[in-house]
Amino acid sequence: MTVTVEATDLGAAIDALDTRYPGFKDRLLDQQGQLRQFVNVYLNDEDVRLGAGLAAKVSEKDEISIVPAVAGGS
Amino acid sequence: MAKLLGLRCRECGAEYELQATHVCEMCFGPLDVVYDQAALKKIVSRQRIEHGPASMWRYRDLLPVEDDVPVVTLGEGFTPLVKADRLGAELGLRNLYLKNDSMNPTNSFKDRVVSVAISWARAHGFETIACASTGNLANAVAAYSARAGLECFVFIPVDLEPQKVVSISVFDPNVVAVRGNYDEVNRLCSQLLESTPWAFCNINIRPFYAEGSKTLTFETIEQLGWKLPDEIIIPIASGCQFVRHRQAIRELIDYGLVRDDRVPALTGAQALGCAPVYNAFKSDTPERVLPVKPNTIARSIAIGNPSDGIYVNRIALETGGVVEAVTEDEIVAAMRLLARTEGIFTETAGGVTIGVLAKLAQAGRWRGDEVVVAYVTGHGLKTADVLASVDGHARRVEIEPTLKSFREKVNI
Repeated sequence: MTVTVEATDLGAAIDALDTRYPGFKDRLLDQQGQLRQFVNVYLNDEDVRLGAGLAAKVSEKDEISIVPAVAGGS
Repeated sequence: MAKLLGLRCRECGAEYELQATHVCEMCFGPLDVVYDQAALKKIVSRQRIEHGPASMWRYRDLLPVEDDVPVVTLGEGFTPLVKADRLGAELGLRNLYLKNDSMNPTNSFKDRVVSVAISWARAHGFETIACASTGNLANAVAAYSARAGLECFVFIPVDLEPQKVVSISVFDPNVVAVRGNYDEVNRLCSQLLESTPWAFCNINIRPFYAEGSKTLTFETIEQLGWKLPDEIIIPIASGCQFVRHRQAIRELIDYGLVRDDRVPALTGAQALGCAPVYNAFKSDTPERVLPVKPNTIARSIAIGNPSDGIYVNRIALETGGVVEAVTEDEIVAAMRLLARTEGIFTETAGGVTIGVLAKLAQAGRWRGDEVVVAYVTGHGLKTADVLASVDGHARRVEIEPTLKSFREKVNI
């Protein structure tokens, strides 16, 4: 499912999602405010852990994907 | 007897009904199958296993397929465990064993997990089987789907080795070549789940699929005379298999199938060109596995974002194992070493495992009398092109069909 939020960085985008869907942020971030181990977040197809993480800047055209990490391999 | 109780989150312990789902709704943690251990303890025995079929299904009691479900099988598992005296002599190991899983129906370890996954999926009404694959899994999924008469979609990176594409396509699945690397293929499939009623072997039915891995360790220990070895060397891609081997050892001990309870050291092998688990193992924070962009000839284990990486490092540390990595040259050298000394032709991933074995032996990890087992998980013909420059035409001696020419050119 796809939703649109307004934010200037990834952290703020997650905050905006949490406002719309209360509790969303707790599912995504651990107690230290870091992305949970088993969640992958992509900014325009790039894994945010390879870049600026939650501080990554976002603008109007950017697409953020949130995908469970537990998949693949054997 | 209903031996399966449900699914449980490995992280937070949340419990779920048996179903095609792989991720905890609460914390995104991985889900594992929960068995009725008390009931199984009453029936599981060495004798019952030894009277079973000469395939991995001799361990059916310990797999997530109920007794009344017909299994989809091509005779997978119960592959040879060979004592490797000649390789051992080169490495200073007197009790070295190789579990040759390239002897499976589609020539890789993946037949074990796929046989379980498709048996489960068919019994639960799925009509289409799918997977994200670096090649070997797609090969197994295509073959077993054909065997089961089910629709099949396999998703592979567009630049997969040509020989792997042939050995997938022959089974007539729908082959989707994705312009991206494996991690991108995997991500696409995770997103597709939302809108397709398919059983993705290594995604939504992963809890069942993963369990098939345990049989590799069950068999190894049975073939060692129900004795646990000192160390097992295992290739690491997502790390899913590694975690199941730890679980298999726990079950062998819990069900009284082995008398010893000294857990073997479990050691992981990666290619330096894709070594996120190794990188974390060597760092101060082994449970913080950061993704990498894969760049290695060991394509079948080139997963840059390994889902079970943290568990690999946890288990390696807990059991006294290590995670080690080898260069591209070391991978090729190890493939050739194994072939030259033991007559076993393994793919690049096997070169990683044997390369790590050799590297650790040369670094003095063992005294020499330890029982060490290496898992050789795929056949060399799958990745033969990496050897073409050294073992192709260049290695031939070309002669005329005359005795004179033979005597002139061949040294005997």
